[in-house]
Amino acid sequence: MYLQAGSDVEYLSMLITRKVEFSASHVCRNPRLTDEENQRVFGLAANPNGHGHNYLLEVSVEGDPDPVTGMVFDLKEMKDVLNREVVEPFDHRFLNHEVPPFDRVIPTPENIARDIWRRIEPHLAGPGRRLHSVRLYETPDLYVDYFGEQPCSA
Amino acid sequence: MFRVTRRYQFAASHRLHARGLSDEENRSLYGKCNNPFGHGHNYVLEVSARGPVDANTGSAIDPRRLDELVAREVLQPFEHRNLNCDVEAFRDLTPTSENLAVEICRRLKRSWPGMFPGEWPQLEKVRIAETARNIFEMDAHEIQ
Repeated sequence: MYLQAGSDVEYLSMLITRKVEFSASHVCRNPRLTDEENQRVFGLAANPNGHGHNYLLEVSVEGDPDPVTGMVFDLKEMKDVLNREVVEPFDHRFLNHEVPPFDRVIPTPENIARDIWRRIEPHLAGPGRRLHSVRLYETPDLYVDYFGEQPCSA
Repeated sequence: MFRVTRRYQFAASHRLHARGLSDEENRSLYGKCNNPFGHGHNYVLEVSARGPVDANTGSAIDPRRLDELVAREVLQPFEHRNLNCDVEAFRDLTPTSENLAVEICRRLKRSWPGMFPGEWPQLEKVRIAETARNIFEMDAHEIQ
């Protein structure tokens, strides 16, 4: 919590969120399973030629607004980090073939969200702020939230 | 007369690459859409039909019959597919969204009389959105 210089307004910790989009293709298959098992587990997503989505990524940083700038994090810098670390490597790519580690990790939305966390976390964390969550929409009706490595509560 | 529109979605991948052009020309023309492994979209398809309201049903079209037709002709063959590899029409034709709209129109028009044998409703328009910002419309009457 910070006091803004020259005022008695107290700021509480808050979240700022930035969205970016990328279009990519993927196939969800586990090479250790048979064709029949892959079909059962992943359904249509196991089609070996792949298929694609317009992914929507929402990244939230938590922190206290800086008393000088009034900002938790510079949104322009956040946009640059997301474009450089996520959109550039992922956009218009076939994830399994072109974006490691998805040559060996199944690109489910869960695994993609965790990979995105690892890519961006070092660039977003800093004094008084931390990466709070990565939300990845595979379609408008399906998304995953990832909050970093932490035990599941019972 | 009414125009009734129904909205559908499918996820598919494609690659824009014209056979008649060199690799360099394809890269220059299609940019990142020419990437050799392809990429994908959540396509949003809107199908519009036109017709008078039937006095008995109060409806211009039976949406269940339209759903059945669109599912059979478009959603089942395209859902979670690679358009270039898995759809016969795109073996030799670049699956731009313009060509995709034409192909969807052709498929619906071909099977339309079997599902809607009367004079009305008629297929009027197919609209395909590749992303929220790229939208392509085809007037069904322009397709033979």
